[in-house]
Amino acid sequence: MKKPYKMSPLGDSSVLIQFGDRMDELSHRLVMEAVRWLDAGRFPGYIECVPAFASVAVHYSPIQVLRSLDGEERMRETVYETVCYRVEKLLVHIDAVTESDSEMKNVRTVAIPVCYGGEYGPDLEEVAAICGRSAAEVVRLHSDADYLVYMIGFAPGFPYLGGMPEEIAAPRRGTPRAVIPAGSVGIAGGQTGVYPLATPGGWQLIGRTPIKLFRPDADAPSFLQAGDRVRFFPITEEEFLSWKDNESVDGLR
Amino acid sequence: MGIIVVKPGVLATIQDLGRYGYQNQGVVVGGSMDQTAARIANWLVGNDESEALLELTLAGTELRMEREAWIAIAGGDMEPITGQGEKVPQWRPVRVDAGTTIRFGRSVNGCRAYVALAGGIDGEMRLGSRSTYLRGGIGGYDGRALRAGDRIEARNEPAKFAVSRLAESQSGSLRFPLWHAGGFAVAHSDVAVIRWMPGAHYDWLSEEGQSAFGDGTFRIGRQSDRMGYRLEGEGRLGQHVRKGELLSEPVTIGTIQLPPDGNPIILMADRQTTGGYPRIGHVATVDLPVLAQLKPGDRLQLQRVTSMEAEKLLIEAEREMTMLGKAIELKLNG
Repeated sequence: MKKPYKMSPLGDSSVLIQFGDRMDELSHRLVMEAVRWLDAGRFPGYIECVPAFASVAVHYSPIQVLRSLDGEERMRETVYETVCYRVEKLLVHIDAVTESDSEMKNVRTVAIPVCYGGEYGPDLEEVAAICGRSAAEVVRLHSDADYLVYMIGFAPGFPYLGGMPEEIAAPRRGTPRAVIPAGSVGIAGGQTGVYPLATPGGWQLIGRTPIKLFRPDADAPSFLQAGDRVRFFPITEEEFLSWKDNESVDGLR
Repeated sequence: MGIIVVKPGVLATIQDLGRYGYQNQGVVVGGSMDQTAARIANWLVGNDESEALLELTLAGTELRMEREAWIAIAGGDMEPITGQGEKVPQWRPVRVDAGTTIRFGRSVNGCRAYVALAGGIDGEMRLGSRSTYLRGGIGGYDGRALRAGDRIEARNEPAKFAVSRLAESQSGSLRFPLWHAGGFAVAHSDVAVIRWMPGAHYDWLSEEGQSAFGDGTFRIGRQSDRMGYRLEGEGRLGQHVRKGELLSEPVTIGTIQLPPDGNPIILMADRQTTGGYPRIGHVATVDLPVLAQLKPGDRLQLQRVTSMEAEKLLIEAEREMTMLGKAIELKLNG
């Protein structure tokens, strides 16, 4: 069976494993499956792997790999080739993931409370105007959809979400804001996301969550993980202000 | 064992060799920019190379030793002197008397100096590292850059040194050996040569773009920092790159991205974990310490190598580092 991926060097200390060049659920499933095998099989010199939409990077220490060569591996000309060989051995079962596997195992669904509009979502009315809908409809469409966390990147805990309805797509703001408060829920083009930290940014802000997405004291500092399913649900300003972070959301999972 | 920050200078932070294992959560690796200098500085005071130390940037730092201590300064040359005006020798262990002030001037060679303290510097350990992650506000000294008045402590009891043998020479409040590891300092040159290999989107550049990039001399742009270096050249690469949308993919230290404005960005220690710009190349890991010592305005010339050559260069450099580490250990423990 043909390998469902190709490998290429990402510099001299990482290898990029690509499953495709599009954002789709099949590539995503292959990526998540690869991460599982790589993390379970961490070979000597393996540092960590980083999943993205349709690819995974394996970061390694060439020196550690070199010090751990065994038997037939010595025949390979470069450390890179040895790493590719070790990766291929770990991913030998990855073909098993096909489109017929409609459901992924161990999927977690996380519900995220959002206070839409007002001072928490100053661009909600503008997004509604751009889309030719009422603010209430934008909120309903945004909170009725099922989202998939394809990857975490850009900032600690920042989820790249797929699944936003096209009806509420809206271009970035002409002038970015100097500071976007942590927890802001925004729309940029066909994407929606939540800002884990206060940063500058050009997204249209439609609401804010009281949930902390970056938790540096937790074992998993990112509240969301690649592969999670996400739902947003509206809360009032009072609920926002009195939200008790952890217990209530865990209860909704 | 305290060091008081009298003046932080342009930017002073606590760093170690980086925060690994959390890139899948969007947490940057960080760590010392010039890891060669950082590792050597730690070795010189008997520390494990992974201990935290101070990274000073460009100019203006002033430190005061509350107690007598062994320190080592390596990396960029900021011509450190004591309050009494004695030169503080670099790239070797130096015993500093209590009450001594050390002033770092404007860097005459390089951009970043490392100060290691025997016993290691005690910084806040977060997610497996003491490195300061400025944007995330964690690690090091309360997750922030050092300020005047901060007190830095040693983490462990310092290694026992054969003081009589190491303190061969004396200058005012300083004692130090005559040997040093200065041969590992990045050599000063008008144009630094940085070796690189093509990346996945190198062929997005037209032939003209490829020659403008590969043979070009670049200047390090003003907006260069621990996250990334902007390269400014005469050739406008933006005109010679294919337009297209890319999915965000993982990136790494040394990745050379080409944003639409045509000025390449080399990703450095505090880089994001993923990126969506074309990756036209990668700097050879072996030359990252050289790059880390370039400052805004400095010039560099790119020199193309294959990834196999880059790997060999790295392995060779690491062999020399291993030998140096052993030599220093022998000198310290005799």
